[in-house]
Amino acid sequence: MVWINTNVSVKAAAGATPNRWDLLALPLVVGLLALIAVGGHQITAPLEGVEAAPVTLDPWMLPDYALRSTLRMLAAMAASLVFTFTYATLAAKSRRAGLLLIPLLDVLQSVPVLGYISFTVAFFLALFPGSVLGAECAAVFAIFTSQAWNMAFSFYQSLRTVPRDLDEVADGFGFSGWQRFWTLEAPFAAPGLVWNMMMSMSGGWFFVVASEAITVGDRTITLPGIGSYLAEAIAQRELGAVGWAVLAMLLVILAYDQFLFRPLVAWADKFRVELTGAPVVPESWLLDLVNRTRFLRAGLAPFGALLGRAAWWRPALPAAAVNGLAARLALLRLDRVPARAVDMAWYAALAVAGLYGGWSMAVFVASGVGWSGVGTAFLLGGATLLRVVVLIVLATLVWVPLGVMIGLRPRLAEKVQPAAQFLAAFPANLLFPVAVVAIVRFDLNPDVWLSPLMILGTQWYILFNVVAGASAFPGDLTEAAASFRIRGWQWWREVMLPGVFPHYVTGAVTASGGAWNASIVAEAASWGDTQLTAHGLGSYIAQATAAGDYPRIVLGIAVMSLFVILFNRLLWRPLYAFAERRLRLA
Amino acid sequence: MPNTMNTALFELNGVRQAYAKPSGQTYVVLDGVDLTLRDGEVVGLLGRSGSGKSTLLRIVAGLVRPTAGAVRHDGQAVNGPTDGVAMVFQTFALFPWLTVRENVMAGLKAKGVPAREAAARAEEAIDLIGLSGFESAYPRELSGGMRQRVGFARALVVHPEILLMDEPFSALDVLTAETLRTDLLDLWMERRLPIKSILMVTHNIEEAVLMCDRILVFSSNPGRVAAEIRVELPHPRNRLDPQFRAMVDDIYGRMTARRPLAAPSPAANPPPAHAMPLEHVSTNQLAGLLGTLASPVYHGKADLPHLAASLRHEIDDLFPIAEALQRLGFADVAEGDIHLTEPGRLFAEAGLEERKRLFAEHLIRYVPLAAHIHGLLKEAATQRVPSSRIRAELIPFMSGDYAEETLKAVTSWARYAELFTYDDQTETFALEDAD
Repeated sequence: MVWINTNVSVKAAAGATPNRWDLLALPLVVGLLALIAVGGHQITAPLEGVEAAPVTLDPWMLPDYALRSTLRMLAAMAASLVFTFTYATLAAKSRRAGLLLIPLLDVLQSVPVLGYISFTVAFFLALFPGSVLGAECAAVFAIFTSQAWNMAFSFYQSLRTVPRDLDEVADGFGFSGWQRFWTLEAPFAAPGLVWNMMMSMSGGWFFVVASEAITVGDRTITLPGIGSYLAEAIAQRELGAVGWAVLAMLLVILAYDQFLFRPLVAWADKFRVELTGAPVVPESWLLDLVNRTRFLRAGLAPFGALLGRAAWWRPALPAAAVNGLAARLALLRLDRVPARAVDMAWYAALAVAGLYGGWSMAVFVASGVGWSGVGTAFLLGGATLLRVVVLIVLATLVWVPLGVMIGLRPRLAEKVQPAAQFLAAFPANLLFPVAVVAIVRFDLNPDVWLSPLMILGTQWYILFNVVAGASAFPGDLTEAAASFRIRGWQWWREVMLPGVFPHYVTGAVTASGGAWNASIVAEAASWGDTQLTAHGLGSYIAQATAAGDYPRIVLGIAVMSLFVILFNRLLWRPLYAFAERRLRLA
Repeated sequence: MPNTMNTALFELNGVRQAYAKPSGQTYVVLDGVDLTLRDGEVVGLLGRSGSGKSTLLRIVAGLVRPTAGAVRHDGQAVNGPTDGVAMVFQTFALFPWLTVRENVMAGLKAKGVPAREAAARAEEAIDLIGLSGFESAYPRELSGGMRQRVGFARALVVHPEILLMDEPFSALDVLTAETLRTDLLDLWMERRLPIKSILMVTHNIEEAVLMCDRILVFSSNPGRVAAEIRVELPHPRNRLDPQFRAMVDDIYGRMTARRPLAAPSPAANPPPAHAMPLEHVSTNQLAGLLGTLASPVYHGKADLPHLAASLRHEIDDLFPIAEALQRLGFADVAEGDIHLTEPGRLFAEAGLEERKRLFAEHLIRYVPLAAHIHGLLKEAATQRVPSSRIRAELIPFMSGDYAEETLKAVTSWARYAELFTYDDQTETFALEDAD
């Protein structure tokens, strides 16, 4: 991050002798660096080695596997950041690019994450023949697709809402585009972006687990990690090993939270634009620790200063560059002038490209699936839709009242909130084997009993959003309700439910999106060679992927994306708009 | 006074700012503005909100390019943000993630001034403006007055020729604003500021008379220079000085001179009567001012500066109320005075039902938009008219913001008068007895 406080250097340089905090912080930093080096070295190993001896169920191998999974997550996050900074910036700065990029982003985030992996494995393997790097890339890409879209959306929104007066200051002082980006736009977007990074990560663990053991057609790739350990445990019916995987995951998520996100959130707090002090200032012991060190800070100071200088970097332009810049400016101006002809040409080009894409997809699908096949896919989509709706309703009935009760008790909320966030991050697919064992043991109907797995991991979003909503509910309104003796059903209907509704919608959108994604794993679960399948679009895609039947994969993913888009447009967006318009607590 | 008032630093000739609306109509913000800024003077742009004075300031800053007219700085045409100016904002516009020192240095770093020199200049500006000791504070830790000092230091550190100020004191409380004004004036009179001239936007008449050598009074819709007034009172100026008071009264008079509420539109097809922008003033304020005027203290007639002072209102608060009363035929405003009309006196003395009846009558008679909507509702079979239809009728003749404000005004007045009502869920106007 480049907008680091360059002031650190001034203060820290005064006395660079180590203090007691350095003793604590230094091993931490060196240790982390060493871990990255070890894990990174293994990534370039040849593919044969991995395929020959994929994973063993020895629990002592788990730390190593956990490290590999964590690094995949980090790599995906880095890729997501790069994507966010380029894609969202382009969409925000160029009107015409935005016309294409924003709807595209909307579609991209509706495509089931596990769908991407079915497509891209072959591509990435061909990209790095013979090296495990190709398979790594495929896994990282899958995780990337679970993280990047909402980050890009958040960044885009922030870029579009940079306060006008700050914009004018930058204009008035003649900031270059680079300077404006790093000193105004990126810092302004930082709190929203960090929050979305956290949400992305918390959703991401699910896909780390799902993407490490990939089977597409006759190619099975197993990357060492917690996910593949789990897959092996399932194949060997080792419930004990599943337990070890759960434990390892718990520790990894805890470490991620403590070492990465707490410090990041605490640090990003200074970029909030409201000039009044925050009611709750996020804290991180690690950030405090680093801030208290002397030696470490003195060591970091030059980097901070360098980054600061990079942010303010102003190219001393040679003549050729100036000409290039002038050409770019002319281009930008072309973009601003609403020249009808250019617009029409642009729309026409987009329309042609869209039609061509749709046509080639239709031809491809038609080559392997008939019309009845399309009908089947839609029917199965309906089955999965029914599951999602029923599950959301059930989760709502359980968690909204509980969330309100918890949220109104600040001390309880303080304890429940981190737990709910933690549970949301915990990849529910680690627990699937337990459910499958139970279903097999009691001979239950998989069509019904596999369903709850879809919402196992994402119901917590509803809980912690409702808790947050109830905690933020104005005290004078609850007091007014109490003094007028508003109780029972009237209290829920006229006081509390409207108050938490906007928060609930936010949580429910995330939960339903997660449920659609999870359906691909949840509707087709296995334990050893026992296969349990529920009828639905998720199992349809899962089976097509296992069989390497590309026309069916494409059809299944297209239908699911369509269902998700329509579900969002017809249900969640109107609810969101309603909450925004009528239920905002000003 | 500095006596080198001959060099022209900045020249604006025939500046016009207009926006083309999709309907093909143009919406004029500023028209035919001439302005010359000379070495050593403080010039004030005084006017109501919406008179385009802030736009003019941004044209001088090079942030906005005028639709027509010439802008010259030291004889050179201005085509973008220039080095010779720096701006202080009403909202302070500080980067919340930068410390005081970093905020002050931002402009220097952007220009690529070497770090050592930038630090020295920042220290100098911070000392000058009275911020020493606050260098490492973040804006959120500072009071409003201290924040605006950072705004001043940040502008001064780049050594501009002209300091531009956009209502720099209006977000501050009275005492803090006065301290900052005095400090700035002292530095200016002692010639310790590295600038040649100050151009400030204000809607506070006393502030303009206190600080400026020359005041340009703007009229609204479109913004034009209505008057240019020289202030030759010696510094430090005393607000209680009779000459000072006379000047304030004079400017109040000019700003309330009997005139058409909006300048006649130069468009080929003049807008229909109901497409006139309205400013929303709550009926409580209207009734409150009528009651105050009718009270024995005023006997139906008051001097606006006096009234403003006793109500602690600035002109931007008081004028809209007075103008709304005038539009509704409850009061007359002229030459800095306001007096009740006969219906206004009746209203003040009436009970609630009678007030509503009187208000409805005047709304129909004097506010064509209210009469128009009322007429449409009577004709409509469903007795409902979508607000989108009314908005579409207004939008060719005013900006989107003004259309919203106008709809808000007419809705709230009609609700009070129980003439018609508005359903926010269906976004329709409806007759009071429709449901």
